[in-house]
Amino acid sequence: MSTVLEINHLTVSFDTPDGAVQAVNDVSLLVEEGECVGLVGESGSGKSQTFMAAMGLLADNATVSGAIHFEGSNLLTANEKELNKLRGERIAMIFQDPMTSLTPHMKIGRQLAEVLIEHRGVGKAEARKQARAMLERVHFPEAERRLDMYPHELSGGLRQRVMIAMALMCEPAMLIADEPTTALDVTVQAQILDLLMEIKDSLGTAIVLITHDLGVVAGLADRVAVMYGGRIVEKGAVADMFESPAHPYTQGLLACTPRLDEDITALVTIPGQPPNAQSLPGGCSFHPRCTYVTERCKAERPILETTAKYRAKACHLDALEAAE
Amino acid sequence: MWAYFTRRVLIAIPTLWVVITVAFFLMRLAPGGPFDQEAPLPPEIMANLKAAYGLDQPLWWQYLNYLGGLLQGDFGPSFKYKDFTVTELIGQGFPVSIQNGVAALTLTILIGIPLGAMAALRQNSSADHAAMTVAMTGIVIPNFVVGPLLALVFGIWLKETVFALPVGGWNNGAFENRILPVICLALPFIAYVARITRASLIETLRTNYVRTARAKGLPFRMVVLRHAFKTAMIPVVTYLGPATVFLLTGSMVIETIFSLPGIGRYFVQGALNRDYTLVMGVTILAASLVIFLNLFVDLAYAWLDPKVRYE
Ligand SMILES: Nc1ncnc2c1ncn2[C@@H]1O[C@H](COP(=O)(O)OP(=O)(O)O)[C@@H](O)[C@H]1O
Ligand code: SF4
Ligand SMILES: [Mg+2]
Repeated sequence: MSTVLEINHLTVSFDTPDGAVQAVNDVSLLVEEGECVGLVGESGSGKSQTFMAAMGLLADNATVSGAIHFEGSNLLTANEKELNKLRGERIAMIFQDPMTSLTPHMKIGRQLAEVLIEHRGVGKAEARKQARAMLERVHFPEAERRLDMYPHELSGGLRQRVMIAMALMCEPAMLIADEPTTALDVTVQAQILDLLMEIKDSLGTAIVLITHDLGVVAGLADRVAVMYGGRIVEKGAVADMFESPAHPYTQGLLACTPRLDEDITALVTIPGQPPNAQSLPGGCSFHPRCTYVTERCKAERPILETTAKYRAKACHLDALEAAE
Repeated sequence: MWAYFTRRVLIAIPTLWVVITVAFFLMRLAPGGPFDQEAPLPPEIMANLKAAYGLDQPLWWQYLNYLGGLLQGDFGPSFKYKDFTVTELIGQGFPVSIQNGVAALTLTILIGIPLGAMAALRQNSSADHAAMTVAMTGIVIPNFVVGPLLALVFGIWLKETVFALPVGGWNNGAFENRILPVICLALPFIAYVARITRASLIETLRTNYVRTARAKGLPFRMVVLRHAFKTAMIPVVTYLGPATVFLLTGSMVIETIFSLPGIGRYFVQGALNRDYTLVMGVTILAASLVIFLNLFVDLAYAWLDPKVRYE
């Protein structure tokens, strides 16, 4: 397997009138060819901004450092023109809210076709034909007729299929799906996730699946990284992580995830508030909410240590079992 | 949709009728009459004049008479400009106002929108701040200050140079005569449109679908023109509808400063003179323009935003 995307020591901070917001802190992550990496964490933990940095879509008040290597280029130093050669062609992204992510005054056929026209220079008629074929590939019913529809004439689930088809028009090496199902009905959620897996298998597209729901990742991802307060606190192969979570936060997330084989009566949540990116707690950012907290945790930030192949955690505890 | 617009045109008729009725009676409430002068006329002459124009009749009769005339396209005689009908006066004045209005509207669109868009794309740069300061100045300085100032510069200071421009008169619509009044008329509108365009485009550039368009790798120019521009124009169109009525019906201030025989002056003069029929004529013209432009604005909405559908 070769590496598609390599994030090295990425830091993103935002300048605001109330001071700097540390959104992403020293994040490193690998995505290998054709695999699915899940990125999990509560809202505000820096998941989206990590990949906005990769797409060159950070807001104007952002400052970045580190490197993001993709197919031989450093995406953080690439200029707008170089980025535009890759975005939509080699690396694509879909977003949480399909209701507002399509241009309201353009027919969907045209929005799909323009990707090919721009990147491949194909003619309008050919682009339309391929747009239709791609819609059919993502199981979009009555594609031909609906090419001439406006986004508002489609349901949320169908719009997300349009977004996915649009992202795949040039068969990119990597697709970033930022909470692709959060805004959708539960039944539609499952269909969209199935579709993403089908794409991974049939097109060999590497997928980064960003979600706050560990349950979503369980069935789909090969590897998982858990983010807290802008840092990766644990990562590993999906089965390992679910079987033996090494970080108290991951354990908490797992406890909050309803499992089909359990009869859940009370929904568990991790006590306490997610951290404020503007004033992160000192030491381990998780310490105000951690049941295993010690004096050392408050004073010294644990570094992300590799414990086995693909496996790493940032916690002063040697093993969870030891503390129990 | 066409059924909708046909209905709108039909509804315009009762709307106009209400406007006419309200204007007719409101004007009669104002004290004084068309033949009052500083030295009062002898009562017999006054009585004769009133009889000649039908003003001795009961008010409801005058009203029905006026409506009857309107139905035949007759706006009546002017009470003040003797020997002229209102139709003749409007026929002389309106072309002047409309020509200047269309020119000012064109300048407003061709300068205001690109200026605002450039400011939005260079948000918070010095070019942006400069453009917006100029725009703010254009809005707050009233045109009865700008007009004489332009006249001073181009009529007096630059008198001996090639930049000298006539500062008054219509001169059959000669180009040089129209430059200063059109600029003076257009300036505050250019400024407003630039500000609205800037604010609206900045907001549109923050939308999720603009982010999607960028994520697709489209060049930024195309992102702006194809994905952001139409939505950004909605507030501009909303503003331009009523602004166009103002521009086309002539500005009293500008027509006075530059001595133009337009319709804006007739309206104010007419109101001061209690020239009932003339004021009614201009009111009906303005109301019709308002109705027509509202329709046009609604059509524009449907084009800019496909979610807008009229049933
Ligand atoms: N333009 C911005 N200015 C200031 N703060 C921002 C900006 N964009 C994002 N943030 C902050 O960065 C943090 C991480 O955001 P994000 O990556 O979107 O979180 P999530 O994990 O929910 O995707 C949040 O605290 C958010 O408020
Ligand atoms: S470092 Fe300490 S506070 Fe942080 S997760 Fe581990 S035990 Fe809890
Ligand atoms: Mg997010």
